[in-house]
Amino acid sequence: MPELKKIKLILEDGTVFEGTSFGCHKSVAGEVVFNTAMTGYPESLTDPSYKGQILVTTYPLIGNYGVPVDDVDEYGLPNFFESDRIHLSGLIISDYSFEYSHWNAQKSLSQWLQEQGVPGIFGIDTRALTKKLRETGTMLGKIEVEGQPVDFYNPDKENQVAKASTPKKEVYGNGKHKVVLVDCGCKYNIIRCLLKRDTTVIRVPWDYDFTQEDYDGVMISNGPGDPQYCQPTVANIRKAFDQGKPIFGICMGNQLIGIASGAKTYKLKYGHRAHNHPVRKVNDTKCFITSQNHSFAIDNATLSSDWEPLFVNINDDTNEGIQHKTKPIFSAQFHPEAFSGPTDTEFLFDDFVKMIEEHKAKN
Amino acid sequence: MKKNVKKAIVLGSGALKIGEAGEFDYSGSQALKALKEEGVYTVLINPNIATIQTSENIADKIYFLPVTPFFVEQVIKREQPDGILLAFGGQTALNCGVKLYEGGILEKYNVEVLGTPVQSIIDTEDREIFANKLAEIDVKTPRSFAVTSIEDALKASDKIGFPIIVRAAFTLGGMGSGFCSNREELIMRAENAFSYSNQILVEESLKGWKEVEYEVVRDAYNNCITVCNMENFDPLGIHTGESIVVAPSQTLSNSEYHKLRELAIKIIRHIGVVGECNVQYALDPYSEDYRVIEVNARLSRSSALASKATGYPLAFVAAKLGLGYGLFELKNSVTKVTSTFFEPALDYVVCKIPRWDLNKFTGVSKQIGSSMKSVGEIMAIGRTFEEAIQKGLRMVGQGAHGFVANHPLKDKDIKEELSEPTDQRVFAISDAMQAGMSVEEIHQLTRIDRWFLEKLKNITDLKSQLAAHNSLETVPNEMLKQAKMMGYSDFQLARLILKTPGEDIENGQLKVRKHRIAQGIKPVVKQIDTMAGEFPAKINYLYVTYNGNEQDVEFQHDNKSVIVLGSGAYRIGSSVEFDWCSVNALNTVNASGYRSIMINYNPETVSTDYDVCSRLYFDELTLERVLDIIDLEQPKGVVVSMGGQIPNNLAMKLHRQNVPILGTSPVDIDRAEDRQKFSSLLDQLKVDQPRWASLTTIDDIYKFVDVVGFPVLVRPSYVLSGAAMNVVSNREELEHFLNLATSVSKQHPVVVSEFIEEAKEIEVDAVAKDGEVIAYAISEHIEFAGVHSGDATIVFPPQKLYVETIRRVKRITREIAKGLNISGPFNMQLLAKDNDIKVIECNLRASRSFPFVSKVLKVNLIDLATKVMLGEPVEKPNKNLFDLDCVGIKAPQFSFARLQKADPVLGVDMASTGEVGCIAGTYDEAVLQSMLSVGYRIPKQNILISSGPARSKVELLESARLLKQKGFNLFATGGTHKFLTENGIENTLLYWPNEDKHPNTLDYIRDKKLDLVVNIPKNLSREELSNGYTIRRNAIDFNIPLITNARLASAFIHAFCKMGMEDIAIKSWEEYK
Repeated sequence: MPELKKIKLILEDGTVFEGTSFGCHKSVAGEVVFNTAMTGYPESLTDPSYKGQILVTTYPLIGNYGVPVDDVDEYGLPNFFESDRIHLSGLIISDYSFEYSHWNAQKSLSQWLQEQGVPGIFGIDTRALTKKLRETGTMLGKIEVEGQPVDFYNPDKENQVAKASTPKKEVYGNGKHKVVLVDCGCKYNIIRCLLKRDTTVIRVPWDYDFTQEDYDGVMISNGPGDPQYCQPTVANIRKAFDQGKPIFGICMGNQLIGIASGAKTYKLKYGHRAHNHPVRKVNDTKCFITSQNHSFAIDNATLSSDWEPLFVNINDDTNEGIQHKTKPIFSAQFHPEAFSGPTDTEFLFDDFVKMIEEHKAKN
Repeated sequence: MKKNVKKAIVLGSGALKIGEAGEFDYSGSQALKALKEEGVYTVLINPNIATIQTSENIADKIYFLPVTPFFVEQVIKREQPDGILLAFGGQTALNCGVKLYEGGILEKYNVEVLGTPVQSIIDTEDREIFANKLAEIDVKTPRSFAVTSIEDALKASDKIGFPIIVRAAFTLGGMGSGFCSNREELIMRAENAFSYSNQILVEESLKGWKEVEYEVVRDAYNNCITVCNMENFDPLGIHTGESIVVAPSQTLSNSEYHKLRELAIKIIRHIGVVGECNVQYALDPYSEDYRVIEVNARLSRSSALASKATGYPLAFVAAKLGLGYGLFELKNSVTKVTSTFFEPALDYVVCKIPRWDLNKFTGVSKQIGSSMKSVGEIMAIGRTFEEAIQKGLRMVGQGAHGFVANHPLKDKDIKEELSEPTDQRVFAISDAMQAGMSVEEIHQLTRIDRWFLEKLKNITDLKSQLAAHNSLETVPNEMLKQAKMMGYSDFQLARLILKTPGEDIENGQLKVRKHRIAQGIKPVVKQIDTMAGEFPAKINYLYVTYNGNEQDVEFQHDNKSVIVLGSGAYRIGSSVEFDWCSVNALNTVNASGYRSIMINYNPETVSTDYDVCSRLYFDELTLERVLDIIDLEQPKGVVVSMGGQIPNNLAMKLHRQNVPILGTSPVDIDRAEDRQKFSSLLDQLKVDQPRWASLTTIDDIYKFVDVVGFPVLVRPSYVLSGAAMNVVSNREELEHFLNLATSVSKQHPVVVSEFIEEAKEIEVDAVAKDGEVIAYAISEHIEFAGVHSGDATIVFPPQKLYVETIRRVKRITREIAKGLNISGPFNMQLLAKDNDIKVIECNLRASRSFPFVSKVLKVNLIDLATKVMLGEPVEKPNKNLFDLDCVGIKAPQFSFARLQKADPVLGVDMASTGEVGCIAGTYDEAVLQSMLSVGYRIPKQNILISSGPARSKVELLESARLLKQKGFNLFATGGTHKFLTENGIENTLLYWPNEDKHPNTLDYIRDKKLDLVVNIPKNLSREELSNGYTIRRNAIDFNIPLITNARLASAFIHAFCKMGMEDIAIKSWEEYK
């Protein structure tokens, strides 16, 4: 076991949690959120939607299977990571496995965090911390090391999507259907799920006017932070509504399509971050277990008459997706691409490609 | 949408046996509660009288009848139900259901199977259909080819690729099986295997693969969830019932976890399960390759574990899904607001560890492998793996104090133990690590994932640091805290730091306790809430951990709570009957206006169901942990008399810490437990007892035996190997036993008692208040004294005792109750010969027979006892055993078939794993019903009698005559043949196994020409034992009913000669008065 240093988590209400440092030994600030998933830390850490956030994992034993090798699949996408780097600001856990074990691990979680300059704390009563966040709501917090003070930082005060999105247009694959992917902080598995279905994916920056592109369908990706910063994207989505081609949104994409349709969004008390959230298809008996990671949600009451809820969260009745009553436009608040998490809803990509095919056939 | 079901039959699993134990009491009880909540009238068929499910207010109607197609059909005929549930009574209920379906019975009476359709069950039960079914959806099962020549075996190996496992078909005990890694080895192996069988199976070897299980639920709307996944610590090759299991999986990446989850859902949909099912996988430790090993389309041991591990009530939900509900229509009973359609998120780790009792059997192989031998299990909860496993190793209750600070294994080759595991493997890992063996080397020998081994090494590493100190004051608080976070007990710390010797360990551990409390090192209580804290939960399901600093619950110190200590792991000698006692005590505590608190850690029980008490601490029953909980809760008092010996043993220790013990004073409990003190009391009361002495030299033993004469019962206090006690009938046997099995010294005295032959054994279960007996039940054993009371067949009310005997027993009972000032339950065992009564022992706690006598008498003795302990008013019941118009018989269930090579013979040490209790109008009917319930069959034609000593020969003479009259064919071994012939009973001689002559007993057994084998062991001489053993063992291995006690054999033979199966009345419990 290496030499262990003390490190603190300080919440905006003044609560202090003391633990031991196992990542990069430095101070950071952000919004403290918790996730109840029991697997998938390499995927979570590289999920751009965590930008500006300090993540608490409620599952206490972390680091067990190390960090996987950085190999890529047939599309050139990394097999086990959701982007090219760690996006979250800090990681807070209960029990760290210094010795990892897995056939495809190449380094420890600690080593990876250090390489990426991200602090990690273990030895925290993460259940007590989680309950606090649940009762008070998401809070700002900072990880502080001795002699390195840092100010609180509120990620909602900045456009996080702009930081997480790609700087330039990029094309993947060579499939039958051309899909524009508006990258608001896109996870690689969204690209993979599209490519697996005979598409060419044209990945564009969040504020790119994709309506000028030659495309068959649009995917609005997931992304971090408050959707209200993405007015340029919303404007482009409105234009796309008029073009009438199929549109599919995921997570941030759901919120942006909602805003473009005239609906309002609001911030949840402590968000949804889990692998076990149940959603039900509206007016149906079909239910799915979904992977979720979001702070903001669409207010169903503000949906205009052309739109209707598509999915609802069984736990708290919040919106989990919407669809246009006549046009081929739909979106999901959860993550049908999974990674990490359950794969129950990957069929939504099939639905999307089918819409594209039908739309092409009609026109 | 709910189906219109008004009345449903639920099939139970019968007696507890290896592979089918208490978990089905839990599942069945949950199902019955669910049906009741929906207004369905429930009819339960289960002869296991000690279960909670066969209690009032759980099922509407109960039949204590065998769970076989014949009896179930009779009940269906009588009850005319709309539906039947097959998934809650283990393999017994499932097999019975399949037979009813195939026999057209369900269709004939228009009974709908609620839940998974029978065809789906059949699809999972038959290996070939199952493999084909999964191949339809491209799901992989292990590749296997049945071949009849070496050439075909080689062809098969080309398709499979090496390594390969070869199995000889149709052989017992894996003869001729083995692994081969190339063609040459395969040829050699195959040649060998063909010498046993003309067909061999060539299968791909999955040795060393990870074993992972998923519990999957599906509703009629095709919605699916996986409630839990579990990973075996022991890789493939060791039965999951024999493995240490953790939940959730620890070494699987997200993609592995979800790949297997996705497959599980695909499988359950394809098979068409409605309710719950378990999918077992082998997962390659070097890739994401997998095989599906097994699917169980019913509630199982794993599903009970998953329920306890997650807090998700699987059986309850499965029963409701069987009625047609969708998962989204039902509420999560933990949060009360969210639905049952979700997957639990755990914020702790659980560790299940099997409990073996292999020491109880003579001759049994201790190796663990692909068949199950364990008799129970425990579940430990922690927030680190180290914490969970150390807790768990203590909970198993076989003398370990955790992973370290135990006595090293004796006479074991560590490397061999690691590569060819026995029940001691985990301790071999500990010894290996402490001897400096590397994780890598241990991994190579065991194939246990390095992650688990590294975590265990954290424990041994810290052990060395702790052991470097000699006083608590020098140990840094950080280190002490770390030790507690890794699950070290105060006991371990006392042993490691203070070097406290065994006899002073109680003081040592209390010293550690005092020190750490002074340093502020105290545990916290956390909830199991199914949601990892995401939603508020008013859940009373708790555990204790050092990995945290905030209490999840508040403590009301209002003197209105009562702690009931549970019974721990099921094992031989203590199982579901003590759970029944504990749950009934909780019921009375609740009904008396107190908050009930249960402490127990057995996942197979109803007492660990959080809806039976105000608070459930799923935690250790050690002095340390019980004191921790008492400090927090500050209860009115603690009940130690319901959970059997574990809580009973804590009584004095808790008393010394000023903990209020409810009921009989611990000082009086000690007066009954301490042989010397109890003996003096009996002398004082002028109550007779068998002569005994506690002796410290061999010479003294011989002197004592010269006085009392053989046979004597020898009970060593320190056992080297083999049975803990034995009856010896001559000097040679005595010497043999003392030399082999025990050591005699000042520290380890041997208790020798006079053994009275042909004495009746009598049990008294009673309740007293302030020394006055309030209620009692006297029962008798069918067998003469010498058979452990847990293995005896017990009759209540007694049918063959003199009235004078009963009167004397009553008087003794009253005197002892008074002498020990008993307030609460107690049990006594007595001997009677010609109205001469001697007391063998007295336990001031509930006993194994409390549920049986309570249910036959219909007076709940536990309810009375609990009221006494709480100080509530009680009235003497206005009913006693003389008022009963029925007879109850409690019969033992043995699991010898599972215990390869074990000698299926009964003695003074208990060997049965379970029991049934049946009620009938006559003695014969009760005998027959109970014997059929534990798996005996009425013989059709051929019976072998090998009647042992002269006494048994005489005893069985009448029975033999009766059998002959009834037209049975009798076969007999040498002496018996002669005896029967001399007495004019025609029979055929069969030669002993060691005689090379025909007709031979062995041929008859192996050709299944016999329907019943009666073999009475004569004495302990080696030849006799070996011949008898071969007959007994073969009878078990070839599934021929075997009886080894002459009195029981007579009773059974008499019963089936007087009446047939169809003469057994189909009457429910309530109909017997």
